[in-house]
Amino acid sequence: MIPDPAAEDVVARGVVAKILPFSAVDGPGNRAVVFLQGCDFDCRYCHNPETRAACIHCGECVPACPARALSIAPGPGLVSWDPARCTGCGACVAACRHDSSPKARLMEPAEVLSALSRYRPFLSGITVTGGECGLQPEFLEALLRESRAAGLPGLVDTNGSADYAALPGLVEAAEGFMLDVKAWDEAEHRALTGVSNSAVIASLRFLLSVGKLSEVRTVVAPGLLDAEETVGGVSAIVAASGRAVRYKLIRFRPQGVRAAWRDIPTPDDATMASLAAIARGAGLRDVVVV
Amino acid sequence: MSPALAVITDRTLTYQQKVAGLARVGESTESPLRIGPELRRYIDAGAICDLYEGSAPYRPRYIVPDYERFMSRGSAFLGLEPPRDIWEATAALLVLYRHVPSITTFPVYLGDIDALLQPFVADEAEARKAIGLFLLSIDRTINDSFCHADIGPDATAAGRLILELTREQKNAVPNLSLKYEAGRTPDDFAALAASVALEVAKPSFANHAMFGREFRDMGLGDYAIASCYNGLPKGGGSCTLVRLNLAKAAPLAAGLADFSSRVLPDVVARQLEYMDERVRFLVAESGFFESSFLVKEGLVRADRFSAMFGIVGLAECVNAFSGGARFGKSDEADALGLEIIERIAALVAAHRTPLLAANGGAYLLHAQVGIDDDRGVSPGCRIPIGEEPDLPEHILRSAPFHRFFPSGIGDVFAFEPTAKANPRHLLDIAKGALASGLRYFSAYAADADVVRITGYLVKRSEIERLGRGEQSLQDTTALGRNAVNNLGVLERRIRS
Ligand code: SF4
Ligand code: SF4
Repeated sequence: MIPDPAAEDVVARGVVAKILPFSAVDGPGNRAVVFLQGCDFDCRYCHNPETRAACIHCGECVPACPARALSIAPGPGLVSWDPARCTGCGACVAACRHDSSPKARLMEPAEVLSALSRYRPFLSGITVTGGECGLQPEFLEALLRESRAAGLPGLVDTNGSADYAALPGLVEAAEGFMLDVKAWDEAEHRALTGVSNSAVIASLRFLLSVGKLSEVRTVVAPGLLDAEETVGGVSAIVAASGRAVRYKLIRFRPQGVRAAWRDIPTPDDATMASLAAIARGAGLRDVVVV
Repeated sequence: MSPALAVITDRTLTYQQKVAGLARVGESTESPLRIGPELRRYIDAGAICDLYEGSAPYRPRYIVPDYERFMSRGSAFLGLEPPRDIWEATAALLVLYRHVPSITTFPVYLGDIDALLQPFVADEAEARKAIGLFLLSIDRTINDSFCHADIGPDATAAGRLILELTREQKNAVPNLSLKYEAGRTPDDFAALAASVALEVAKPSFANHAMFGREFRDMGLGDYAIASCYNGLPKGGGSCTLVRLNLAKAAPLAAGLADFSSRVLPDVVARQLEYMDERVRFLVAESGFFESSFLVKEGLVRADRFSAMFGIVGLAECVNAFSGGARFGKSDEADALGLEIIERIAALVAAHRTPLLAANGGAYLLHAQVGIDDDRGVSPGCRIPIGEEPDLPEHILRSAPFHRFFPSGIGDVFAFEPTAKANPRHLLDIAKGALASGLRYFSAYAADADVVRITGYLVKRSEIERLGRGEQSLQDTTALGRNAVNNLGVLERRIRS
């Protein structure tokens, strides 16, 4: 089993699913993205299901690896991954039936930063996402602090389930937050994610109130979600706060989702334009459709 | 059919293209160059190639006029006074362009056009109209994409107008470079350049600090980017460009040891001999430097002309000796590539021609982008299309080669159209690339009509027109079409 990161020692360690050195779509400029492992929502349209759960070291993925990058260590029987051999083919993740990945690693913030050091001249900052990065708050805060000290301010991409009002250090260490609001309707949110959206709405209000919300997003999946209601509800709160926050409306795309959800259609331009009009009508200036 | 008649009856050539084609046929009837049998063997094997430069050079291949001098003094030969307003300035430049020769018959360098026009920007709306017509005239009358204008490193109103009009007009000509220097070029100006690049495949980012330092150190002072991405002394140029095709030289060796001890030094020596001979004819016999008004009026100076030693196909050469390891992927293969380039650089630096004063008579290294009928030969030191690693890896593996090539080397990256929503992403990558030692960085979005072929720009819609048997205004469209077919340039890895 993965040791509890907080209990280990004074250095906060976290379970990192993967590190992507360059991204155009995770905040302003070019940013490195750090994916943390583990999520408390179970979105039906999840695009990274392999980041949801902790690896239980069942070993089923090991024979699936064509590059022999996976092995089971003698003794406690932990599955280990050899990055030098890995070709990134994805067969292990496809073989895992537990929404996990054998490539997640327990890391210290300094290790994450040293993995990024050669890309430093290319980056505006980092974005920490998941999974749900708010589930590892000590590690997240430490990573944000060390990254900022290294000249790379950090954005937090979150589902909003954490109680950020109770995490002032983390909020201070972050350059800003990008929050997903998946559904405004409580029942719809439960149906989509398995949990209530009350914490999400509370995070939306709190992050707005402290001026730390950089961006709010809603994924638009016709037939699955009432996007009009969600966009209307979010826009009203953001507009009332008077803060300049970008609202990004994201077309559902089937790439990477679980097999059962690959047939959900991608919304057309007219649908997206009418949703953007709702947000602009509420008074938001920075509305982006992707 | 005779070569001349083939040109005359070709339905896809415009009148201008036929005139240029017939000039080439005419030049080929003379063979005044002394080419020995050893050199001839390498030429026949394709290992040494003069890139269709002609058998009797009668003008330097690349001419880089001192347009600043022209703007301040006018031209007695052309009967032009120094311009006094934006209309006179743009008209004067267009007149002079008509009289700047080069290998393509069109000028390959149009000047640092933002700095040239900025003193005449009084009323913004009027300047927009004048510069818009200026850029339009360039595209419609200079019908060749090896025509290059520079902007930067400082932000100016003229520079902004040039970028905005470039985005509006979406023309292939001129090719455009932003001379970028960290700490000097403002972010908002560079971000505008990045957003325009994602729409029109230009400008590219030129490493101003690197070029500036090297040209100072060589005693050449100010430089310009001309043609594809060629760094050349301003007020001078390059007499010739001959290239060493390493992909074709490798098979002439019995193995790596034979290549480095025998073939490489010999082929480099023969290429230097060929360049010397081309320079000799141009300088001592053609009469160019005694007769051109550009020389007489000091717009170019003979002592600011060098010549370019080109190389191409490093990747294929390295792969031939690496037993399965691939250039751009394996550290050992890349190290061998660097060793070969270091070797060539040392051999070229040790050679001096008494005929050229610039850089003490030593030639400038150039990573040549290839010609349209190359097959299986990667440009310069580039990683082959189809084998490109992840973007960060690609840049970091390419960077160590760039410092050897003051007269030009560059890498081209294709981006997802979604990158247009975040031009600062591209700017960050360009900045990082230059900070990591890249000399020249080009990008375009995968859905743009204007695409960068190897170093020059072509419109896909024009390639299609040619495909239908119709004429295309730009002579480079045909080169682009062949490069698309032979080099797969539209198959570049797309970065998201
Ligand atoms: S990644 Fe999945 S399949 Fe592999 S050991 Fe962990 S839980 Fe089992
Ligand atoms: S992605 Fe997974 S299956 Fe593929 S090589 Fe890497 S470890 Fe093995």
